[in-house]
Amino acid sequence: MLSLDLSFYNWELFTNYILKGLLFSVQLTVIATVGGIVVGTFLALMRLSEKPALVYPATFYVNTMRSIPLVMVILWFFLLIPILIGRPIGADLSATITFIAFEAAFFSEIVRAGIQSVPKGQVYAGEALGMTYGQNMRLVVLPQAFRNMIPVFMTQTIILFQDTSLVYAIGAYDLLKGFEIAGKNYGRPIETYILAAATYFIICFSLSKAVRAIQAKVAIIR
Amino acid sequence: MIELRNVSKWYGSFQVLTDCTTSIEKGEVVVICGPSGSGKSTLIKTINALEPFQQGEISVDGINLHDPKTNLSKLRARVGMVFQHFELFPHLSVTENLTLAQMKVLGRSADEANTHGLRYLERVGLLAQKDKFPGQLSGGQQQRVAIARALSMDPIVMLFDEPTSALDPEMVGEVLDVMVKLANEGMTMCCVTHEMGFARKVSHRVIFMDQGRIVEDCSKAEFFDKPEARSPRAKEFLSKILAN
Repeated sequence: MLSLDLSFYNWELFTNYILKGLLFSVQLTVIATVGGIVVGTFLALMRLSEKPALVYPATFYVNTMRSIPLVMVILWFFLLIPILIGRPIGADLSATITFIAFEAAFFSEIVRAGIQSVPKGQVYAGEALGMTYGQNMRLVVLPQAFRNMIPVFMTQTIILFQDTSLVYAIGAYDLLKGFEIAGKNYGRPIETYILAAATYFIICFSLSKAVRAIQAKVAIIR
Repeated sequence: MIELRNVSKWYGSFQVLTDCTTSIEKGEVVVICGPSGSGKSTLIKTINALEPFQQGEISVDGINLHDPKTNLSKLRARVGMVFQHFELFPHLSVTENLTLAQMKVLGRSADEANTHGLRYLERVGLLAQKDKFPGQLSGGQQQRVAIARALSMDPIVMLFDEPTSALDPEMVGEVLDVMVKLANEGMTMCCVTHEMGFARKVSHRVIFMDQGRIVEDCSKAEFFDKPEARSPRAKEFLSKILAN
């Protein structure tokens, strides 16, 4: 029977090993969410443009990214970039770019559904007032679409936060890596993995609770 | 002011408009009626190019819609439109609904747009609701705000696409009152509506459509007072709608 002694887990261990990884995971999540939504919105607009020259590349990109395991994209990007540009760019930067590129494909599908959830009459109304396509999107359609999408965005972000642990493949120092190294140095690998799981659980569970609360608040009255 | 010549439109192989020709003069109030599916809403939407058409010509104030060089947004800014389902922007307050396009499309300052928008809101009797959101208003109130929103752009013509069809019966009157007032002030209006009382009271001309064609296009007096001279379809429609 395994007896768990977690007394080794103290503030010193946290600041020495875990904090750095936690900050990187959070930073990666935030940057990939924001970047993914921005790039994903453009991809969604391309796919909805009805112009073949925009629709096909965007569709190809989204379908490809959604069909490949993330860990492979992370690895390939990390290995290919030095060959393409002639020098390595480091695990952190590589991971950040990969996550934006990968998440953009998923966010674009959410944004596309969000845009389509705005009634066609709203588009007509904006157009009838003389707004250009860009103004109509920016001022009428996207604000409503994003409000409808906030809960789905947050759910995707929670998944994204868990997925950041995949950067172990290229040796970046994230939250999981912090626990792993601490476990090795303290000779307590099992305990630290359990603590890691608990940490992920607490963060993700709190976020899902927050999603519920926000969901109720942002609903548009029609 | 508005000219339609042989306008035809297809959805795929289905023809929704066939050879529609008519014109609307400045200051004229024209009512378009007809059974559902007759193409009235589609026709009125082609006038401000919300619906494309494949054949024929439409010109508004001398500007040809068919010309690829025509800036459709600029044209639409001068043509007011009121929709069946109001289509106020639900994420914006009443005042913001009134001022958004004035500022972004006409380039008016926030102050100017506010003063102007609120003046029209007062005219439709809803100044007290200026800070509310559309979802907090009744259907009739929303439609009156929508009319004020369109008027805030100082349009040369107002298009109404079944403005009272989505309203509870007790709210139809308040919207029609606003429209009657507008007609009496000399606004050029084109209204798709089943409100024959409104047509009788203020319209100059009645267009009757059936299966995508303009079947009748005559003065109000002729349309209502000489039913014997009307086509069988129009007679049938009139007898049904006037029986109510």
